[in-house]
Amino acid sequence: MTGFYTLFYKEILRFWKVGFQTVAAPILTALMYLLVFSQVLADRVQPLAGVSYTAFLIPGLMMMSMLQNAFANTSSSIIQSKVTGSMVFVLLPPLSHFEFFSAYTLAAIVRGLVVGLGVSLTALIFDMPSLKYPLWILIFALLGCGIMAVLGMIAGIWAEKFDQLAAFQNFLIMPLTFLSGVFYSIHSLPPFWQQVSHFNPVFYMIDGFRYGFFGQSDVNPWLSLSVVGFSLLILAAMAFSLIKSGYKIRR
Amino acid sequence: MSAITFDHVSKQFGDFTALNDISFRVEEGDFFALLGPNGAGKTTLISILAGLSKASQGHTRVMGYDVSSDYRQARRAVGIVPQELVFDPFFTVRETLRFQSGYFGLKNNGAWIDDILENLGLTSKADANMRTLSGGMKRRVMVAQALVHKPPVIVLDEPTAGVDVELRQTLWAFIRSLNQAGHTIVLTTHYLEEAQTLCNRIAMLKQGRLLALENKEQIMSRGAARTALIKLTTGQWPAALQSLLLRERDNGFEIKLADCNALEHILMTLRQAGLTLKDIEIAQADLEDIFVQMMSA
Repeated sequence: MTGFYTLFYKEILRFWKVGFQTVAAPILTALMYLLVFSQVLADRVQPLAGVSYTAFLIPGLMMMSMLQNAFANTSSSIIQSKVTGSMVFVLLPPLSHFEFFSAYTLAAIVRGLVVGLGVSLTALIFDMPSLKYPLWILIFALLGCGIMAVLGMIAGIWAEKFDQLAAFQNFLIMPLTFLSGVFYSIHSLPPFWQQVSHFNPVFYMIDGFRYGFFGQSDVNPWLSLSVVGFSLLILAAMAFSLIKSGYKIRR
Repeated sequence: MSAITFDHVSKQFGDFTALNDISFRVEEGDFFALLGPNGAGKTTLISILAGLSKASQGHTRVMGYDVSSDYRQARRAVGIVPQELVFDPFFTVRETLRFQSGYFGLKNNGAWIDDILENLGLTSKADANMRTLSGGMKRRVMVAQALVHKPPVIVLDEPTAGVDVELRQTLWAFIRSLNQAGHTIVLTTHYLEEAQTLCNRIAMLKQGRLLALENKEQIMSRGAARTALIKLTTGQWPAALQSLLLRERDNGFEIKLADCNALEHILMTLRQAGLTLKDIEIAQADLEDIFVQMMSA
């Protein structure tokens, strides 16, 4: 357990030491979105009955920030230590595959949650969404961050240079999060795009998360939970087998 | 039990064979040198030992533990100082060593960390960030990182490349004391005089093959024989000894010397020829000569 705990703590300390970049900056970005979008759209859109657009937007932005930062934590830590060579210091010790996997994943989840909490606290300036089912909120926050942490790990292991990782981030993660219903309810989309959205796992993370706040959602939260939980299992199995095989880490 | 066993280890990268059927053992308590030119496969062999790389064929064991099937035990038994200068720029020296201890499952390792810092001359840098250290200091930290878990086997891949004389001396004094305390040491180095002074056994690799594996005395005796430079007050080299003459240099005659007993005969012949000796210098072949001779063979 000491091995796991040490790697977990080191990963936490790694992002905390550059907290301006890893925590404060994404909170500020989310606030900018909130400020601009709520100003422009608040009078025109009401995606859920009885919920102001600003309140609707807050959980979406929280989730988006959490997902992006959970992804960024594992992926940047792994690619950085691969490129600089310092990964050798975690490869030489007798850490088990599971310790390696869980320490990186959990530290990224912590970063996601810290950023999410930061966004929610500062969003209080604007509006306060209700907290109808806090347990749903917590479950979707954990699972969403977990999925992205694991995906970041896969991307970090796969990528050989920063450029490839940036491509992964910009061409996969960004579109998936932006087109998932952060800023709108998918019911406002044309039928074709509504269908497409149902193939985006991020949509379920945000929809389920929002259900926890308002008790209303585009799809049944149990469906969202199943999709999200299943996605996490698949990705975790993939990441674990990459670690076990030493893919691109142990040649 | 041997400290390290390589059993028919081969490694291919595509069509390139980096290691070709390497088998040898390093015994407990050895101070072992692994020598060879760049590209001989030394680092690949160490990477396999460390579990950083997987052998294409063969088995490798550290203190009896297989590096792939028993990887956790094998990694606990060995401390590796990688060749490339790498560091984690986020942390201080002490944090780096604490983390490294933790990865090996050790809590409360502070006293030993202090010991290592002291022995490697790092105490004053303990709370400095890794980024701010000079190259030589970073190298010391890498050595310290390999020692946090007091491994029975310590492997140093080119530990003195690009470091100053002071560190070399401190480092070797410390490593020697660890060897005397029972740790097995394996080192690769390009400074052959280091291998010659420190090591008791030597292996030579060339193009992925094991060329030689012997005790230092054996390997030293296999090299070019000794030579002697004989200077005479006057006169020419006697014809009777012409077969020994290698060349004339520095106003003297350089000759082959099979062993020290041969000297007796040479001096007698010179006396009989009425020649007087002015000076004599005997030079022993060093590891470098032997190395060059073997690698070019």
